[in-house]
Amino acid sequence: MLLIQIVIVAAAVFAIVMAFGRRRRGDLSLRGLLLWSLLWTGAAVASIVPRLTTLVAGWLGVGRGVDAVFYFALILLFYLIFRIFVRLEIIEHEITSIVRELGLKNLGKADSTEE
Amino acid sequence: MGIRTMGDTGKIGVKDAAASAGARLSGPVVAVIPAYNEEDTVGDVIRATLAHVDRVLVVDDGSADKTGEAARRAGADVVRHLVNRGLGAALGTGFEGARRLSAAVAVTLDADGQHDPGEIPALLAAIAGGADVVVGSRMLAPRGMPWHRRLANRVGNFVTFVLFRARVTDSQSGFRAFSRRALGEISVRSRRMEVSSELVAESRRHGLRLAEVPIRAIYSEYSLSKGQSMHTGVQTLAALLFRRISRRY
Repeated sequence: MLLIQIVIVAAAVFAIVMAFGRRRRGDLSLRGLLLWSLLWTGAAVASIVPRLTTLVAGWLGVGRGVDAVFYFALILLFYLIFRIFVRLEIIEHEITSIVRELGLKNLGKADSTEE
Repeated sequence: MGIRTMGDTGKIGVKDAAASAGARLSGPVVAVIPAYNEEDTVGDVIRATLAHVDRVLVVDDGSADKTGEAARRAGADVVRHLVNRGLGAALGTGFEGARRLSAAVAVTLDADGQHDPGEIPALLAAIAGGADVVVGSRMLAPRGMPWHRRLANRVGNFVTFVLFRARVTDSQSGFRAFSRRALGEISVRSRRMEVSSELVAESRRHGLRLAEVPIRAIYSEYSLSKGQSMHTGVQTLAALLFRRISRRY
């Protein structure tokens, strides 16, 4: 086995173990755990049997297996970043709602003495 | 008086106009002033504004200075954001506050003294005349406006038109008035400065009658140091694009 294969498989095992730990502590959803494990299992498999990536590349009409892996990884990254961006927007809206309600709580009661 | 109306769909008879004008102004006129670190000017603005409205609602957007205190001392109701959320969020809070006060009209203006409260009656007259949203436009008589501001305004107007199909002469003006109906229907989702364009777009989306009234902008060294820089402009454009694709206009 090549060194890079060992590194990738080791990283995959580590990542999956960490994910299970997170799940146990309640920091990760079941869906998140499954998707993450699937991703890393795929990486480990592709690493151990590189012929598979060449096969997939062939289906897609792409030259090399590793190219197909990169394209896939890039698309996945863009998608995940977009999801994060949207999620952040939602969180900002929620913060504003909370800050707004807190601020408006005393409106109308302002006729009673304050300072 | 030079009122330009857009999207006016029907004619109002004289008797109806008088009656509806009365009805349109039944209820408190509330001035909404978003403020962020404006302790030096907000007091004067409030005092001048109180001469023309029933209540002044200042939204203290997480100021680090004594803006809130100065506003309260000047006679305004103050709503405080514990953390800074941006101009759009402050306006949204102001609108909600105006709704809770059963305002018949909400007038927005800046806390930095750029707007002359003496022109509020002109905005109110346009509301009484049937408009739902009145925008005080500096471009209808742009004397004294720095060329780069004029250019930035043209760009803002163009962007507002392209993205939201709404044509105004001063899309970035903070001096506006909203009828009770407009208050009830407009929802503000922008947090920062793109709110100006969003308000125009929202008016169009709900079929509200939009009118423009010429106003005089007061450019002091102080107020010129605020406002939109190139960086803010780019940021605002990006935020507007996101807004455009995330809602059906």
